[in-house]
Amino acid sequence: MIKGAITGLGKMGLSHAAIVGAHPKVDMVAVCDTSSLVLNAFNKFSKVKTYTDHQKMIDVEKPDFVVIATPTKFHFPMVKYALDNGVHVFCEKPFTLTAEEGKELTDLAVKNSLVNQIGFHNHFIGTFRELKRLLQEDVLGELVHFSGEAYGPVVTKEKGSTWRSNSAEGGGCLYDYASHVINLIQEIIGRPEKIQGTLLKSIYSKGVEDAVFSLLKLKGGVSGTLLVNWSDETYRKMSTSITVQGKNGKIVCDATEIKIYLKKAVPSENLEKGWTIKYITDFAIPVDFYLRGEEYSAQIDYFVDCVEQSRQSEYNSFEQAMYTDSVIEMILEDAKK
Amino acid sequence: MEKVLFGDNQFFAVNHLSDEKSRAQSIRFKDDSSIIRVLDQTISLGINTFMCTTHDRIANICDHIRNNPETYKDYKIYPCMPYAHKYANAVTELGIVGTIKQYVPGNIFGTFAKGGLAYLNKDFIKLMELLVDAEMKMFAGISTPVIFIQNVLVDLILGLKMYDVFAAYDSYIRKKYNSEPGYITMNMPALLDALNSVGIENPIICSSINKIGFRMSGGKEIYEKYLNEKEFRPIAMQVLAAGALRPKEAMEYIGQFPKIESVLFGASTKAHIEETKNLIEINLEKRIFYS
Repeated sequence: MIKGAITGLGKMGLSHAAIVGAHPKVDMVAVCDTSSLVLNAFNKFSKVKTYTDHQKMIDVEKPDFVVIATPTKFHFPMVKYALDNGVHVFCEKPFTLTAEEGKELTDLAVKNSLVNQIGFHNHFIGTFRELKRLLQEDVLGELVHFSGEAYGPVVTKEKGSTWRSNSAEGGGCLYDYASHVINLIQEIIGRPEKIQGTLLKSIYSKGVEDAVFSLLKLKGGVSGTLLVNWSDETYRKMSTSITVQGKNGKIVCDATEIKIYLKKAVPSENLEKGWTIKYITDFAIPVDFYLRGEEYSAQIDYFVDCVEQSRQSEYNSFEQAMYTDSVIEMILEDAKK
Repeated sequence: MEKVLFGDNQFFAVNHLSDEKSRAQSIRFKDDSSIIRVLDQTISLGINTFMCTTHDRIANICDHIRNNPETYKDYKIYPCMPYAHKYANAVTELGIVGTIKQYVPGNIFGTFAKGGLAYLNKDFIKLMELLVDAEMKMFAGISTPVIFIQNVLVDLILGLKMYDVFAAYDSYIRKKYNSEPGYITMNMPALLDALNSVGIENPIICSSINKIGFRMSGGKEIYEKYLNEKEFRPIAMQVLAAGALRPKEAMEYIGQFPKIESVLFGASTKAHIEETKNLIEINLEKRIFYS
């Protein structure tokens, strides 16, 4: 059995704890948090050991891997300690508060040959994988424009102050919601190199933005828009989509369906001229345990496989997440102009 | 339980296949009267059970039911709690303790007159009971013979292996509400094993059951094995696999399992409801001759 541990038991951490706990190849040996309420629940109802100190947990339990789902500002010291002690790391997004910190951790993980993965779970949704594949197969021809969007109802009233309402600690819509979209654009279409026309808008929050609008120029010259708003209650939950336009048509992709419009048929892909709509039921990645979406289990399954086989993760490596953080920095810089 | 249970996803913009369709639904069912109209159609077709989440808007539907006792005298609701997105969005914004403060009725420090959160720390079961009561408040005076926990919570507890929480829920629902506890899950075989391990026998379990194995974690084969061999009271949901299957072939698949007691489905138009209901009944009744 592979020994796993979790640090940070908020919404994502608890979800990871359940998925890791249910994984047949993993023995979840310990969890760590500062909330006595949550730790007491583990003490009372489960056999997992509880800690309030991440370093102590690593020292005593010597897990093979740790999942880190603490507020972003703690990622750097906690990931570093794990890597220094030979522990594989799965860390929640966004990675670190600065791309510089991310670089240090990326180098350390590579140097110590440790599996490193970040929780950009959209890459484990079959529709987004299909979009990437279709673009690689060049079904749209030369790309002319894209739009990466996410909307949801996180902050819909004027109130609340947690670390999420403090931009210096990685709060705000840019770090939380937009990072997902930037990462998708970066890995599916291309890496953003230049940012223009950024608007960071506070709608209900004080001190942080609730919406991010930006123009992105990618390596290779394609440009497009980033449109993200977490104060939009017309959406029941976070809804992320990528639209790509090329000279031969357009693809609109979200977590449930992929809609393809082609000017000319692509017989090699069995795609006709005009609209083709495909659904997630054809692309969902099968999992043994389901909580909130296949993608959450699939990303942990993949990470555990990498740990077991001592191979580096192709999806959501530290290096990719570090690049996303550097795009966030570019956006913040552009917003100051 | 009746063979046909009417669900509420279509009313609250839940569509597992299309975000666009879900938005169209949210426009169509903007008014409570549009929901009530569809429920009345189901009653006219002989469907008398509404299985619904504890969404804020259900409270208005409950008011309507209470105000028209004659029309709804045989009507039953199977509540499914909690409405998870309400809590999930709150946890992102307020943290776990902040969310508890917001949703436990009254002031948490007033609820636990002595000691507040410190007391709460020692008595999770009491907290669970308070949250159940808060969610059940809207159903006062309405028949709720089965009360479900939603899959997101069931599967969280399952993964964390905190099985005693199931036992506590089970006994509280029986004792306080005189109802049968039910469990919605995406991990039916694992859940049944877990429930059995804490002494819960023959539980009502609602899970995805469909011909293509959609949302049947661990694969279709183990689900079929459990449906054929284990003792429990299965309700099939997502039988159409979010629309990937045609109703006829979908229901024929369900008809292979004598143990399935009910099928949960939702639809928006009377013709569609009638067609699906007939298919469910034909295929469930056929089984008597085979078995």
